[in-house]
Amino acid sequence: MARVVLPNELARELAGGQKELEVEAENFRQLLKALDRRFPGMGDRLRDGVAVAIDGEIFQEPFLESIGEDSEVFFLPQIEAG
Amino acid sequence: MSDSASGFKWVGTRPVRPDGLDKVTGRANFGADFTMPGMLVGRILRSPHAHARVAGIDASAALAVPGVKAVVTAEDFPEIPDGDLMVGEGPMNFRDLSCNVMARGKVLYDGHPVAAVAATSRAAAEEALDRIRVDYEVLPHVVDVLEAMEPGAPLLHENLFTEGVDPKPDRPSNVASRVEFSLGDVEAGFAEADVVVEGEYTTEAVHQGYIEPHAAVASVGEDGHCTVWCSSQGQFMVRAYCAKLLGVENSRIRVIPSEIGGGFGGKTTIYVEPVALALSRKAGRPVKIVMDRDEVFRATGPTSSTHVKVRIGATKDGRITAGDTELRYQAGAFSGSPVQLGCMTAFAPYHLDHVRAVGYDVVVNRPKCAAYRAPGAPMAAFGVESALDELAGKLGMDPLELRLANAAREGTKAAYGPRFRQIGYVETVEAALAHEHYRAALGPNQGRGVASGFWFNIGGQSSAAVHVNEDGTAVVVDPNPDIGGSRASMAIMAAEVLGIDYDRVRPIVPDTSSIPYSDMTGGSRVTFAVGMAVVEAAKQVVEELRSRAAKVWDVDVDGVVWENGEARPASSNVGEFEPLSLAALAEGSAKTGGPISGQATINARGAGPGFGTHVCDVEVDPDTGRVTVLRYTAVQDVGRAIHPSYVEGQLQGGAAQGIGWALNEEYVYSEAGTLENPGFLDYRVPVASDLPMIDTVLVEVPNPRHPYGVRGVGEVPIIPPLAAVANAIRHACGTRMNHLPASPPRLLAALDAAKLPEAAD
Repeated sequence: MARVVLPNELARELAGGQKELEVEAENFRQLLKALDRRFPGMGDRLRDGVAVAIDGEIFQEPFLESIGEDSEVFFLPQIEAG
Repeated sequence: MSDSASGFKWVGTRPVRPDGLDKVTGRANFGADFTMPGMLVGRILRSPHAHARVAGIDASAALAVPGVKAVVTAEDFPEIPDGDLMVGEGPMNFRDLSCNVMARGKVLYDGHPVAAVAATSRAAAEEALDRIRVDYEVLPHVVDVLEAMEPGAPLLHENLFTEGVDPKPDRPSNVASRVEFSLGDVEAGFAEADVVVEGEYTTEAVHQGYIEPHAAVASVGEDGHCTVWCSSQGQFMVRAYCAKLLGVENSRIRVIPSEIGGGFGGKTTIYVEPVALALSRKAGRPVKIVMDRDEVFRATGPTSSTHVKVRIGATKDGRITAGDTELRYQAGAFSGSPVQLGCMTAFAPYHLDHVRAVGYDVVVNRPKCAAYRAPGAPMAAFGVESALDELAGKLGMDPLELRLANAAREGTKAAYGPRFRQIGYVETVEAALAHEHYRAALGPNQGRGVASGFWFNIGGQSSAAVHVNEDGTAVVVDPNPDIGGSRASMAIMAAEVLGIDYDRVRPIVPDTSSIPYSDMTGGSRVTFAVGMAVVEAAKQVVEELRSRAAKVWDVDVDGVVWENGEARPASSNVGEFEPLSLAALAEGSAKTGGPISGQATINARGAGPGFGTHVCDVEVDPDTGRVTVLRYTAVQDVGRAIHPSYVEGQLQGGAAQGIGWALNEEYVYSEAGTLENPGFLDYRVPVASDLPMIDTVLVEVPNPRHPYGVRGVGEVPIIPPLAAVANAIRHACGTRMNHLPASPPRLLAALDAAKLPEAAD
């Protein structure tokens, strides 16, 4: 099970304040579906415009990324270009 | 040229940049240099008020001026619904962008565009601007971030309700959002502390200060196809944003990039391009708009002014037990300050079990903020790195040793959540500690300050092509405007892969119709991400060259290796053949399958985070408050420097801009909310005579995710200087400058204030 950390605001708004959770998913697409099943509407909110750190590596576009059994997944704001 | 220690022939060398000669001889074409037959001059009418309702615009007298061919207002742009759309590389509120380019209903800052004119001469256009009558109902305004957050502050947007608070507010305010990043239990961390330091820190808005103003030529043909020549940090960004604002398909706009005379993040958005297009569409002729300097200051950029509270706790032996910060950043007239990135970077160089950063994004009656190198990070670092200096003083510890004792390392959970992979922060602190500068003697009224900084660095969508010419040279098609010497680094990487001389590779920057999409030049991504695409395209060329040699020799392609720019038999078993050079294979390419080329499109992953540590010596004149920077050393983990001179240039440029931010640069507003210093005479950026030669130390902890170990380098060096300078001032004169810039009047006032208690004693 991957350990997933949600953004504070989204956790409060859609997950009853639960910020950290465990999710069974082999890739980011499955992760979004699983989150959406658990917290309806969350998948849409996390599909675009967010970055994701998987095991410490930040992906601006995580759609195709794999997730390991013990992965740590953090949702983050996209990193702005300067 | 070869570097035998690294095993590279070109990577790590310092050849002359391909665009250098044109730039130093004045031949290079920048945004304002392009002209077309029949071209009109476009000028923009700007609000003289900080905040006003636009009751009406009468342009009839302007249209009667001889030579005037078109006038546009917000009515000439489609009204776009509120909300973010995903275009290009991230979300964008196109209603806000449209209203920033041309005010709709209200003007929100001094300099906000309300109308534009295209005429046959500048004189006619200026006269027409004078004749446009705008009926303003002036409203109360607010330009200060803390005042804008007060209940009862003048309200910019009646539909702005703070996001990120619970319960959701039922009244609008100027606070667009609240964000929070936290790890552990901050109050439990403070309970463990023997020493706690607290401070409040203020920075003023500063402009990116690029020398080249925004400029564009736009031409809309009878068939509706549009062409734009302009200076920007991304021709694909200009195409996508203009298409949305004008309501046309992307494919109908072709954007041809000019050279760019500086951007630093400020050219990651659009201002004049859609206005020139709207005027051209209406007039039926090409239109050129070039901003004057005062327009650049009043209506583009800058970055946020900020207010930052910091609290740090530590044990007696220097272990930080907790860090807490509250950041308030003004975004200008529309939401979207870089406060989230300030929150994420504030404590990132350190290993903290208990840390919290809360940020507020606040709108005020100022121009909409644009990205500036490491958006949001320098102001947060100013607070945290100043507080760390205070902490070191209280603990009696060397400030670098304090940083080293708490430094983030591989495996450290970053303050914004994830664990770091391979990083080189410790190495930068150790290099600063070991540098002769750190032990050099100081004189009276002189002090030394240190500070560190962190930036994520990014990859992103990137494309590149490598074409082999018939004469055995190669063209690298690099779709990113060259701001910091990227042509040179791309040519070096292509030469390294192809095995030919650097001066046999010619890089070009193409238009939007000549190469697939690439994200902007920004976020310190180009040498890393586009470099990966160039390496990939060059490898494709090598594979093709091997294949061509195999055909010539009539052997299997596995029997051919590519070494030093030549195809050779892999072993004597393949046969005895004279090597075939790239030039020979190119010359004979018609016989072996036609032109030779490679093209790569990638979404680059694996950008390595960057860290830097700076050491600054200053002298304070106690009679005038003037600060002289005596010596400055910037140390940074750069992964591997492809072209060390341009990497050093990035460190020196970032440090110079940060020193300007610390000592002199600021937006000064009148009581009426109008900008009082919209020019380089009154907005003072550092010039060569203000600065010592900035020494650089390139720490190379290669990024394992890049073929040559590259990490982005452009953002980090602007982060430490604000605190490094402020800390040096503190040690020179005993006064902590919590409010930057530490300009002579402000520092003198602080010195005088510090003397008052002594006098009273």
